[in-house]
Amino acid sequence: MKFSFTEKVGHEFMNLAEALGGAALMLKSVAFWLFRSKFEASETIKQSVKIGVDSFTVTALTSFFTGMVLSLQMGQSTKNLFNEPLYVGTMVAFSMLKELGPVLTSIVVAGRAGAVVTAEIGTMQVTEQIDALYTLGTNPTRYLLVPRYLAFLITLPLLTVFADFIGVMGGCIVGVVKLGVPSSVYFDDIFTYLEMGDFMHGFLKTYVFAFMIATVSCYKGLNTKGGAEGVGKSTTEAVVVSMVLVMVLDYFISALLVAVGI
Amino acid sequence: MIEIKDLVKNFPGRRVIDGISAEIRDGELFSVIGPSGTGKSTFIKCLIRLLRPESGQIIVDGQDIASTSSEFTLAKVRRSFGYLFQEGALFDSLTVLENVAFGLKYLTDIPKSDYPRIVREKLALVGLKDVEHLKPAELSVGMKKRVSLARSIAAEPKYMLYDEPTTGLDPVTTGMVKELIIDMRSKLNITSIVVTHDLNLALEISSRVAMLYGGKFVEVGEPAQFRQSENHEVKEFMEISHLSRK
Repeated sequence: MKFSFTEKVGHEFMNLAEALGGAALMLKSVAFWLFRSKFEASETIKQSVKIGVDSFTVTALTSFFTGMVLSLQMGQSTKNLFNEPLYVGTMVAFSMLKELGPVLTSIVVAGRAGAVVTAEIGTMQVTEQIDALYTLGTNPTRYLLVPRYLAFLITLPLLTVFADFIGVMGGCIVGVVKLGVPSSVYFDDIFTYLEMGDFMHGFLKTYVFAFMIATVSCYKGLNTKGGAEGVGKSTTEAVVVSMVLVMVLDYFISALLVAVGI
Repeated sequence: MIEIKDLVKNFPGRRVIDGISAEIRDGELFSVIGPSGTGKSTFIKCLIRLLRPESGQIIVDGQDIASTSSEFTLAKVRRSFGYLFQEGALFDSLTVLENVAFGLKYLTDIPKSDYPRIVREKLALVGLKDVEHLKPAELSVGMKKRVSLARSIAAEPKYMLYDEPTTGLDPVTTGMVKELIIDMRSKLNITSIVVTHDLNLALEISSRVAMLYGGKFVEVGEPAQFRQSENHEVKEFMEISHLSRK
């Protein structure tokens, strides 16, 4: 059966509208169960370990080398312009705290933990484990979604704080060893020019990213169809959508925070 | 008692259940048979509102659950049901003990300290022991089905739904599951609804059998009466199943 261009566009719009409607209903259910059910402490801790603790190593490595390369590039650029590396600490800290810390950590978490969440819920969906939850007196939103939302919202901001710190330390090592900037100068540059608002600018973003990654991963998992192939498809889609949305949302949240003076 | 009145369920582009009415009496073993893909699983999923029907009524002990949107009403009614899924649907991340105790946590007020004892009792009832610490991946297909049955009956439901209980099992395990279904009814007095394409099983264990075809029950009756049916679809299904009408 052949479809015309307009039919294809219409079909895509219908799919998008259906997905947005489905996600809105899922969010309504999450809000409902968040305040009306007994707190699933053990499940939330389990998910926090899976999403946060297990993502720490890869986040630390990513931010450490990002801090190092930032320091190298900034130092080299200022050396070419002014014959000595200037404001290396300031530039590394600004970049890490306001942009690279939250964005890179969110991308790592979307790729690693987001994929795990989608695959897990997707597998439960295609093997009727979600239906089994209903028959055993539990709402899947209460048992599966609420703990995962909380885990993302608790761990992603914490991971970002660690990533910021590790990135700045990576920059310091390159600054001292490769560029010959004394560590006292490096940190003095940071504390002289950096304000609490700069840290908050990046920190606040992570809550939006965490909420978005949780929504995309859970929604894609719950709407998995078609066995193992479907699980793979949902997982890939969840990771791609989350990563793209991190970049898109980053601009709009930054613009909003700049507008309100943070 | 469960009363079903003019039940209709559609999937995109087709009607799967087309105005089914039936009455399932307390204590009976009611089987729904029919070839694969006729909507048997859809029918029992509607009974417990895992699927929402387009129209009709499903009255469980006086409460119509077909059109309600209240999570609490549904949760309350679902407490009276146990459900044996086709593939078991055991939670992969939990042990056998945690799987069987799952319903106890959410459906009953039994203290947590009693869970291991109750789990052992229910596992013994389905012929299993010393498997509490195993994960579902370490069990055979037949064991998974039995653990799933133990999980379904742990909270002592009034109604038990079996979705293709013998599919994919070897003859020995099939016989075992058949005995278990009969035992559940006789020992625990559970009203049972079995959907299966295994006509032999249905005729052997049921108090009444219904044949689902074209979205409707084309024949409902006791096994002896069912064997004598003049309905074309029933006769054809019996011939395919190599069953004698006597």
